[in-house]
Amino acid sequence: MSDNIETLTDATFDEQVKSSDVPVLVDFWAEWCGPCKMISPVLEEIAEEQAGKIRIGKLNIDDNLDVTRRYEVLSIPTLILFKDGEVAARLIGAKPKGALLEEISAYL
Amino acid sequence: MPERRKVVIVGSGPAGLTAALYTGRAMLNPLVIEGEPSSTSDQPGGQLMLTTDVENYPGFVDGIMGPELMGIMRAQAVRFDAELRTAKVSRVDLTPWPFHVWVGDPDAAEPTVLADTLIVATGARSLMLGVPNEDRLLGYGVSTCATCDGFFFRDQPIAVVGGGDSALEEAIFLARFGSKVTIIHRRDELRASKIMRGRAMANDKIEFKWNSVVTDIVGDTKVSGLRLRDTVTGEESDFPTAALFVAIGHEPNSSLFKGQLELEANGYVRTFDGTTRTSVDGVFACGDVQDDYYRQAITSAGSGCMAAIDAERWLEMRGE
Repeated sequence: MSDNIETLTDATFDEQVKSSDVPVLVDFWAEWCGPCKMISPVLEEIAEEQAGKIRIGKLNIDDNLDVTRRYEVLSIPTLILFKDGEVAARLIGAKPKGALLEEISAYL
Repeated sequence: MPERRKVVIVGSGPAGLTAALYTGRAMLNPLVIEGEPSSTSDQPGGQLMLTTDVENYPGFVDGIMGPELMGIMRAQAVRFDAELRTAKVSRVDLTPWPFHVWVGDPDAAEPTVLADTLIVATGARSLMLGVPNEDRLLGYGVSTCATCDGFFFRDQPIAVVGGGDSALEEAIFLARFGSKVTIIHRRDELRASKIMRGRAMANDKIEFKWNSVVTDIVGDTKVSGLRLRDTVTGEESDFPTAALFVAIGHEPNSSLFKGQLELEANGYVRTFDGTTRTSVDGVFACGDVQDDYYRQAITSAGSGCMAAIDAERWLEMRGE
């Protein structure tokens, strides 16, 4: 995983996401999910290109059921964008980079 | 000037990657335009990216995971200098030669690539039910990917709609998670293979609801049930479930070629004389986009090999 992507856990989620000054895009993923693997490089690119404007974190749903349940994730990959600690946008399913950027750009 | 390539392959499932492997080994430096990330089968790697255990691909005694198999095929093609581009073809013009291929803006004056031969390996994608609340609840209990989403329905009732091998495969996989799995099928018999039927029937957690079609999906923020209609009596009923997995078959990804390649009545690309030749000289088709009958990873790979050999000989004959 690149330096630009943070690892989130049940224990650290609130601290890392809720109190962030910039929007945080959280990727709910799992090892066994093909489409999740496909968007990983896309997220790394976005994290690098938009550094300072957005933070990107990955939350492994197998290991972090509390947060996964709290946001009622029922499909992966699900990407949730948090702004000022609140859910600003929710994207379900793998998408090409252009489509992802389009959906989150309004919040950056 | 757009770049010119001897071989351009559209699609990167077993057919596209096998064609890439063969044309790569033949020193034709193929360009594979592999598609873009998505959660449907219309993605790099194709339908196998959404499956778990593949038990019937020769060479893997204990089976192999679909995404892993596709990773290996990709690496093998790259080893022989196939170039893979993660992008989607937006338009083709097969009237001029070399063929014109656009990636990105389909209205751009200049094509992105010129192709001496074009290998069409765009595959097929899952059909959706087309009922009122399906789109709204996709990702909230409605799913086309059991391997992605089954996990979320542990100890809850799950429904699978469909009667073919993929429906049963999904149901058997989902039975690991759900409290029970109900297969909803519009007829009173399955078209699935004998081995899959046997496995599904023998699974304690799997039940069948025969002669039933889904007419709507119910749920406020997530799926809570289905509306079913009995195909014999016409009676409507409510069916409670936490999830609905859709596996009712596939349609070919052939719209890019409509009006340019001859298609069968059901939309599949027509190939001729047991080869991969299409109605346009120099364009070859392989895999599920031209096969509505066998539709296996191994037959796709086999026809990808045929397309590579057909393209290679075509180039040789032309003195290219």
